[in-house]
Amino acid sequence: MSGPKDIHDYLAAFEDIPGTRVFTAARARQGYHLNQFAMSLMKPENRERWKADEAAYLDEWPLSDAQKAAVLARDYNHMLDLGGNIYFLSKVFSTDGLSFLQAVSTMSGMSVADYEAMMNAGGRSPEGVRSKKEAR
Amino acid sequence: MALITAGVGSSHVPLLGVAHDQGKDRDDYFGPIFAGYDWTRAWERAEKPDVVILVYNDHASAFDMKIIPTFAIGCGERYAPADEGWGPRKVPDVIGHPDLGWHIAQSLILDEFDMTIINEMDVDHGLTVPLSMMFGHVDSWPCKVVPLAVNVVTYPPPSGNRCWALGEAIARAVASFPEDINVQIWGTGGMSHQLQGERAGLINAEWDNMFLDGLIGESEHLRRIPHIDYLRETGSEGIEMVMWLIMRGALGPATRALHRHYHVPCSNTAIGHIVLEPASPLSSGA
Repeated sequence: MSGPKDIHDYLAAFEDIPGTRVFTAARARQGYHLNQFAMSLMKPENRERWKADEAAYLDEWPLSDAQKAAVLARDYNHMLDLGGNIYFLSKVFSTDGLSFLQAVSTMSGMSVADYEAMMNAGGRSPEGVRSKKEAR
Repeated sequence: MALITAGVGSSHVPLLGVAHDQGKDRDDYFGPIFAGYDWTRAWERAEKPDVVILVYNDHASAFDMKIIPTFAIGCGERYAPADEGWGPRKVPDVIGHPDLGWHIAQSLILDEFDMTIINEMDVDHGLTVPLSMMFGHVDSWPCKVVPLAVNVVTYPPPSGNRCWALGEAIARAVASFPEDINVQIWGTGGMSHQLQGERAGLINAEWDNMFLDGLIGESEHLRRIPHIDYLRETGSEGIEMVMWLIMRGALGPATRALHRHYHVPCSNTAIGHIVLEPASPLSSGA
């Protein structure tokens, strides 16, 4: 056995991790078209159409208004809240010419330089960000 | 008969592929990372595996959200490097071993693992970066590869215990393949990293090294670590380490470590790398 067999216990524990949106089935269901839109940017011809008119390209997908706004604003945390997954969303920031490090740093509210300095110093410590309830 | 002679664990950070392809692998930043693979490259040249069973995860390249297989095995002839948005890596095509792939697939299904069988797909950095790290610049990869893709993106991924048991079943399958071939199994992905949210950049070197320690010898406690512990301790993408347990499970009750390497940082993550060989429990203390 490795972990809870009760799906509700299993899912509830994820909500206790600070600053983390686990890609659960609920998020996968909510974000299906958002992620498939991002995936479409794997094709060069789609990237060109996206760059030419982002709003028009988004309108071809059955996304919510909130999802469209989050994509246009490049608000990655909000995209995650609305069902996005980082591996799919990476197609958006790679099309923007950003690296993983550049895009990921923006989600943590740090400047790219500060984030890079934190990583070079050994990364973010797990102390205090393991559990909201237990504040550890 | 076929035999699993060794296991390799390694991170598969995409930036390492970039550094390798652009010749930056010995600069100040990447030098300490790549130097930890020098021993393994020399060892692989001497070992000459015929086939590598390469456990990895696809990163929204071959698979989108239309189909999400938990365990999928490649039984095809050849796999091209995927275009991940920057154009495909200029590395050789990966040559499969369909006879071994199908043999393992059949054996695993009879052994009650419900495998997805893949005949055609492109392979992304999850698979090609480990090949570059272990073999360097080559005109063709020096061995055949049976890709084994694991879902570690959409929850729930398989449990560590299930991954370990799959490894044990792979070892039984390989042992019943009639050709005399030298097979290695690689578990790739990890170690601690989080690529999303306000907690991005999490690194837990102490936990990562506890995990590496646990792969050596007779320890089985790693198979009982629940998903929530990986997430709390090593970040949301640290869950990729369950794939190392497929490799470890395939090596039998006990292992010996031949080489070990750990370094922080590489991009957003820690680099972990270990080379293991099976050891019988009776001889492990000798």
